[in-house]
Amino acid sequence: MSEKPKIGIYWCSSCGGCEEALVDLNEAILDVVAAVDIVFWPVAMDFKYDDVRKMKDGEMLASFINGGVRLSEQEDIVKLLRRKSQLIFAFGSCAHMGGIPGLANMNDRETVFNRVYREMESNDNPEGIVPETESLVNGKYKAELPEFYNSVYPLDKIIDVDYTIPGCAPQPQTILDAFTAILEGKLPEKGSVLAPNKSLCDTCPRKDTKPDKLTIDVFRRPHLYDKLDDGRCFLEAGIICMGPATRSGCGERCINANMPCRGCYGPPDDVKDQGVRMMSALASIIQPDEEEDIQKVLETLPDRIVPFYMYGLPRSILFRRKMNK
Amino acid sequence: MSENGFEPKIVAFVCNWCSYGGADIAGNQRMNYSPNVTLVRVMCSGRVDPEFVLEALRDGADGVMILGCHPGDCHYIEGNYRTLKRYNMLKPLLKQFNIEENRVVLDWVSASEGEKFARVVQAMNERITQLGPLNWDKVSSER
Repeated sequence: MSEKPKIGIYWCSSCGGCEEALVDLNEAILDVVAAVDIVFWPVAMDFKYDDVRKMKDGEMLASFINGGVRLSEQEDIVKLLRRKSQLIFAFGSCAHMGGIPGLANMNDRETVFNRVYREMESNDNPEGIVPETESLVNGKYKAELPEFYNSVYPLDKIIDVDYTIPGCAPQPQTILDAFTAILEGKLPEKGSVLAPNKSLCDTCPRKDTKPDKLTIDVFRRPHLYDKLDDGRCFLEAGIICMGPATRSGCGERCINANMPCRGCYGPPDDVKDQGVRMMSALASIIQPDEEEDIQKVLETLPDRIVPFYMYGLPRSILFRRKMNK
Repeated sequence: MSENGFEPKIVAFVCNWCSYGGADIAGNQRMNYSPNVTLVRVMCSGRVDPEFVLEALRDGADGVMILGCHPGDCHYIEGNYRTLKRYNMLKPLLKQFNIEENRVVLDWVSASEGEKFARVVQAMNERITQLGPLNWDKVSSER
């Protein structure tokens, strides 16, 4: 048996981009692998759940879990990993805030199943079969599937999370800083998000072009605006850039590619609801004062969910939409 | 109280300079209005971050009122214009979350309008009684 600290990596409701991000460490991943023993990583290596069950409690130094929790299987495994690991890291936007799959909280199990299994144009499902937790195959073999929950949950609504590595996907530097902190025993206070606690605007390469008094009289969508590359503050043009309500640390990759921030690093510590905080900030700089004119400006912004909750709907104060029953 | 025994919980954010004064007058003059409203005094209606409204709804309020000075009368000159903008920004979000429009209202009550304060609170109480409970904890806890 080696004496290197043991590490587990698991995915829940996510796209695989977070595993990709680990591989994107390039040569640095060799240093990581040299320093730790990966004992569980279903995507990349052949381990079974039973291997984890056989471990002693707290045997693993840390588990990195990406993805929100949507299935009972995911809940079981993250609870198992919690027992077997000294530290749990929520890895990436989905584990942190629900992420893009978290937009499903605008629907529930029934409407998701209807759309995906019954109505989808490409489906061939005349009997309208949807997944059941238990069913009989050939009339005699019992088959089980995990339960599909009504909502997507950020990891910390299911288990106690020690640290969060934010991002969709976390940038190599964010990941390396986190690994270094673990191996050198320099982790900050429990519960911390491992990225700078300042807003993206503070580190934005375009920040000097932000006018002293910013006002908005029309909202524009990026794909309909032909001056994205003029190097000026996006908000000045009425393009929603989540920078003011988003944590820095991503290296401003979107901004440098002439696209506004969508908020994947989540809000700084003092913000409870990234989306509504951003809405509040934007609303207060709307130019006109008369209600009728305010509404005219707001008509150019028909949606409140995707622009503001692209990554954080399950982390929002209201958590999910109310369904008509 | 409605026939089914439902008593709405209403949270009202009232500005220190106008609407709280209005509430004070309503009280001094012994005006009748619904006791279901809990007042939260803020220095300016512009201090009411939409986060406060959402937290109130999540934590059990069936309705939320934001009461401020009439436009042009703000103690801080433009605070209530910001309130108006934030309120108009917030409303479509509530609609997308499928929360009935009337559950969150904005109104202007000056420090002399005790009668108006009593009237808007009473009207709010009737509307929410009709809508029934919001029960957000049930919405968010259903597995």
